[in-house]
Amino acid sequence: MAEPRPFSVTRLPGFTAIAITAFVALYLPIITIVVFSFNALSSMSQWGGFSLHWYREAWANDTVQEATIRSLLIATVAALVSTVVATLAALGTTRQGRFRGRTAIYALINQPLMVPEIVTAVSLLIVFGAIRQATGYQGLGYLMLAHSAFCVPFAYLPIRARLEGMDRTLELAAADLYATPLQAFRRITLPLLMPGIAAGAMLAFVISLDDVVITEFVKSAGQDTLATYMLGQFRRTLTPEVNAISTALLALTLVLLTGFFLITRKRA
Amino acid sequence: MTAMDQPSPADQAIAADHVIKRFGDGDSVVRALDDVSVTIAKGEFFTLLGPSGCGKTTLLRCIAGFETPTSGRILLSGRDITREPPNRRRVNTVFQSYALFPHLTVAQNVAFGLEMLGKPRAEVSRTVDRMLSLVRLDAFAARRPDALSGGQQQRVALARALATQPEVLLLDEPLSALDLKLRKEMQSELKRLQHETGITFVFVTHDQEEALTMSDRIGVMSAGKLLQVGPPREIYNRPVNRFVADFIGETNFLPALVEDGQVRLTSGEVVGQGQGQGRVTVAIRPEQLHLALPGDGGAIPATVEGSTYLGTDSHVQLRLVDGSRLVARVPSQPSGDLALPAGTQVGLRVAPGAVQVLAD
Amino acid sequence: MAMSSSAETAAARRRGRSGWLLSTPALVLLLLGAAGPLLVVLAFSLLSKGEYGGVALPVSGQAWFEIFFQRDIFDGTISPAKAHLAIFWRSVWLSLATTLITFVLGLPTAWFIATRPERQRALWLFLITIPFWTNLLIRTFAIMEVIRNEGLLNTTLIAMGAIDQPLQILFTDWATLIGMAYVYLPLMVLPLYAAIDRFDMRLLEAGYDLYASRWRLLRRVILPIVRPGIVAGCILVFIPSLGAYVTPRVLGGGTNMMVGNFIELQFGQARNWPLGASLSMALLIIVMVALLVYVRASAREGRDG
Repeated sequence: MAEPRPFSVTRLPGFTAIAITAFVALYLPIITIVVFSFNALSSMSQWGGFSLHWYREAWANDTVQEATIRSLLIATVAALVSTVVATLAALGTTRQGRFRGRTAIYALINQPLMVPEIVTAVSLLIVFGAIRQATGYQGLGYLMLAHSAFCVPFAYLPIRARLEGMDRTLELAAADLYATPLQAFRRITLPLLMPGIAAGAMLAFVISLDDVVITEFVKSAGQDTLATYMLGQFRRTLTPEVNAISTALLALTLVLLTGFFLITRKRA
Repeated sequence: MTAMDQPSPADQAIAADHVIKRFGDGDSVVRALDDVSVTIAKGEFFTLLGPSGCGKTTLLRCIAGFETPTSGRILLSGRDITREPPNRRRVNTVFQSYALFPHLTVAQNVAFGLEMLGKPRAEVSRTVDRMLSLVRLDAFAARRPDALSGGQQQRVALARALATQPEVLLLDEPLSALDLKLRKEMQSELKRLQHETGITFVFVTHDQEEALTMSDRIGVMSAGKLLQVGPPREIYNRPVNRFVADFIGETNFLPALVEDGQVRLTSGEVVGQGQGQGRVTVAIRPEQLHLALPGDGGAIPATVEGSTYLGTDSHVQLRLVDGSRLVARVPSQPSGDLALPAGTQVGLRVAPGAVQVLAD
Repeated sequence: MAMSSSAETAAARRRGRSGWLLSTPALVLLLLGAAGPLLVVLAFSLLSKGEYGGVALPVSGQAWFEIFFQRDIFDGTISPAKAHLAIFWRSVWLSLATTLITFVLGLPTAWFIATRPERQRALWLFLITIPFWTNLLIRTFAIMEVIRNEGLLNTTLIAMGAIDQPLQILFTDWATLIGMAYVYLPLMVLPLYAAIDRFDMRLLEAGYDLYASRWRLLRRVILPIVRPGIVAGCILVFIPSLGAYVTPRVLGGGTNMMVGNFIELQFGQARNWPLGASLSMALLIIVMVALLVYVRASAREGRDG
């Protein structure tokens, strides 16, 4: 005889089943992609044994190699620039008390989170197009500027959270112990802020790496990133090469995310 | 206040001179400090006592330099430091939350102030060692603050603040986060440290018992005003007004009449001598009331309304013939306590000199 | 007294100045690379169509007019722009349906996570965050692999004998809907989880104690209390759905456009920049209104609670 299930306050009918379904639905497609990236066949539905063929193929593809380097370069610049300006802005908006215009600064910083990407993308297409024509400059600067800008809120939020969670008496204690404001910042505030800064930089890097829409509209000819390269591939007959690229990107994101969680979970 | 209470200028550690501190503006102005003047002597253990929000912490922060008074001056050894930033004042603080730097080890925390003062490395490490042994934490030098217990963190905060040998050490309710047993320990530890270092301590607390046991002098504050300054005995036995009498220890307040220096209760009995004239309020501590047999010569007749057993003694609630109520404290007897059921008629004797006529 | 209060306002002004000063680099970057160009789009939406694309004078409301109406080239009669309205309608109903699907799946998922033992919770939450941060394109590609004719879904259904011909899902509105629900599900779960995590489970004991059934508890206790999370989740899903570009492009095919794709078309083949600009602004306005509704709802929630 089956024991009747013990009463649980938090159990709601069908909820667990739906939740499990949701998790399966979330992961099954991704896992399929990863599995078929190791397929020996060029089919995406028929399994022909384990092979690293498509990884070699992707890496041997000059376009993919260049796109990878370009993606990493842009993401690095965007993460650096956005983290630096976001750190300064976070210090400005949390350490100076309330002041006139602070809400406006918040709004502007978070603006990229609110405006639909496609709208930002066409606006940059128009403006950068005009600049391109006027100056003749065709370099990666446009992409770097655009990426740095939309990464700012992602870098800003964890840094601000860290600053707001920081005990302000620590800075008072430093001043009490004869530290000048600059010494207090360098010896106390900055080291304590470091996890927030690192977390912000990682998020910015991931966000830049993932961007498709803005990149697609801003890039000049021959400036494909990994994401826009993949978008172009969808118009053609797909081979597991795309799976291999996806899996590699996924792995990179996973590493960065794990780092992010370890950093933010460790309470200093 | 007697002349003895005012240290001569040479002995002054810290002084507040007509300090006013207002917060907010417009209609919502709060007077956190309302014309506070006090002088604290070198080597003194001075306690600021009062309920939360009375301004004691604000005064401490004005001395530390975290707040600037709206008007008035702060003097350190007679020198005006009102406008000096905290990092230029030879005054250190032990924070209520300890404010230990979480990313630095215990030793690095203690060394911080010395390094900021630019002391040579050898001297820094020598002083750190000495301070850590002073607070008995030699074995914990390499630990991080979060690996320490509350009491240990407290001692690190003390060592850190004492390491630079400040002229004055400010302690902002440093014991409030500790449990009772640890608190008692730290109280004697603090007294020992003050004795060994000879540094002036300014201690802020809302705990009257703590203030009475530890201080050389106490300043009682309420609503931004310093009401009374004096040694613990004086504060306890000669409170200047009803607030001080009520806040420190337990007290019975009774309406009374003063005529020709005689204090007479409204029930008719003369209970002592006092200044003033006409209707006043008098304060009598419960332990200054003794029970006697009813009708015993000169005893005040009273009726028992109930009693509460408290271990070392009992509180007996009493009513006088005019209806006023008061509490007497009766020590417990090893042989068993007196049975005092409600309704028992008793006599009350007031210890000589126990009656305080209050200003308001 | 006057002196001190002016000293205090001077200190406040100094703080404000350094607040602005420290924020300046970020603001300059955002004005150049995000906010500023939006003003150019606004300006373009009020200009006329250039001969070879681009814009030209004079200033005109034509582009805004064109969003909703069309003028017959022969007799000049005005009629509603059916094609445009169809695209708007598709965007709205797909976004609403996406919001509904993600809510129906997301609420039990968030509840499930919030009721796991303390130590497991972070792990389950991490499992939700991974897809959230995974490249949108990869996720769109992944769902495409599942629903295409030779994909996991059709092969499984055929193997089970449920169907004998593969279902044509890819390049239909259904594909876009499934794709968006898949892609935006984490955006629903995270705020719902945050709200449920704050929910005091002892209230359920109180509810059972007062004879409530599970369904009644859900309707009368749980849903009202976690409402802020529901509103947040719905807004967070609805807004990006409305402006979606990648998912309808990859899964919906060329013809089943949403507003985002239609905007792109105006800057590409259609060469109608003013219309593209006015459509962008219209989309932005809808999003801002939705955000405003959300902000006011949460402000009211804050006052009540």
